[in-house]
Amino acid sequence: MAESAARRLLLRGLGLRLGGVEVLRDVSLELPVAGRTVIVGPNGAGKSTLLQAIHGMLPPESGRVDAEGPRPRLALVFQRPAMLRRSALANVEHALAIAGVPAGARVARARAALEDVGLGYAADRPARRLSGGEQQRLAIARAQSLEPECLLLDEPTASLDPAAGAAVERHLLALAARGIGLVMTTHDLAQARRVAQRIVLMHRGRVVEDGPADAFFASPRTDVARRFLAGDWLE
Amino acid sequence: MDGGIGEGVERALGLVLGDDGRLWPIVALSLQVSGLATVLSAAIALPLAAWLALTPFAGRGAVVAALNALMGLPAVVAGLLVYLLLSRAGPLGSLGLLFTPGAMVVAQTLLVLPLVAALARQTLEDALGECGPYLRSLGATRLQTIGTLLHEARFSLLTAVLAGFGRAAAEVGAVMIVGGNIDGVTRTMTTAIALETSKGDLPLALGLGLVLLAVVLAINAAAFALRQYAIRRHG
Repeated sequence: MAESAARRLLLRGLGLRLGGVEVLRDVSLELPVAGRTVIVGPNGAGKSTLLQAIHGMLPPESGRVDAEGPRPRLALVFQRPAMLRRSALANVEHALAIAGVPAGARVARARAALEDVGLGYAADRPARRLSGGEQQRLAIARAQSLEPECLLLDEPTASLDPAAGAAVERHLLALAARGIGLVMTTHDLAQARRVAQRIVLMHRGRVVEDGPADAFFASPRTDVARRFLAGDWLE
Repeated sequence: MDGGIGEGVERALGLVLGDDGRLWPIVALSLQVSGLATVLSAAIALPLAAWLALTPFAGRGAVVAALNALMGLPAVVAGLLVYLLLSRAGPLGSLGLLFTPGAMVVAQTLLVLPLVAALARQTLEDALGECGPYLRSLGATRLQTIGTLLHEARFSLLTAVLAGFGRAAAEVGAVMIVGGNIDGVTRTMTTAIALETSKGDLPLALGLGLVLLAVVLAINAAAFALRQYAIRRHG
């Protein structure tokens, strides 16, 4: 983990159009693999697309994502995770099978991941029958079972009630304390204040501000950031 | 009908329950032909549906539209096409299949294939919409994606196959043309019903009708029970 603490993901001039709309415009960033980075911005700012581009599942049309040293292991968690029609345990096992983990090692690793997110009791329950909060924790268990160095999380608590959201957030902070990096999007400024060590503000597909969270909240440099923090409607 | 409908139904029930040696061979042949045609069409339709659901190509929309339109392929047209193929002057005439159960299987396969393929394609495409981003985030290969989707949609796909069997068992035009309705050789429930009705032997026609109805009802009940089970078990 000490290695990943120093490593960075290098985003160079990322550009992407989806359905004729320019979603990412010349995005350049240096993201630490470890630590807690929160990407904020209004809806449609390009946050989710940026996460998918960083992950590699959505290749940019221009620019590229490099890494210092070997590319870190990344895992992505969606805002509304797809739950496969099988048990919670089998959902994690499936992710491990896709990742090429040998069959003999899957069950123990899947159980450990479920225990870690506090879902050991639900291992044999159908995933689609779990509550929203449990499903999101299952999605995190699937992701962390892949042993990523950095978790990419797309609004992981946006669809949850406050109690379930708080449980997810606590678990994410615990993961970060164990050295797993977090890059998370949110439009919840209170959550960003609680979680972020570093903030990236996006607007209209561009990075508007990027820096330490304390500085961003105390003295935003740009007018867009000041208006965003004041709760103004950003067009 | 001499003695009215009531007497006819009574005699039909007597035939079903007692058997005069005519009814059950016809039922058995019908189920064999339709069952084999359904298995063959599913073996072709499911891979075709998976390919169509996952493969973008120019003209895909037209192919999908054509497949959907072919769900309504008239049975007599399917029968005519197979007749032309298998007739002595046709390209497959040398096989000597015309007026055999084999020809009936071929005709019903042609009839059922578009139905199963179109329903399966839609089912798999819906499953892909739901699970596709997640599977891409895991880096699933095309084969892994297909395997997951087939597993996810297994109950709906089975329903599609059962619908295909229902169509095959209930059709009369295709088997009449290519089978010839030969007593003891190619006579099925539907062709026998048509013949016995025209001859005025309504008890046998009614008896066969009752069995056919029972088969169709059993298929629909099985499909319904399967879906209910799937929802209960897997959410």
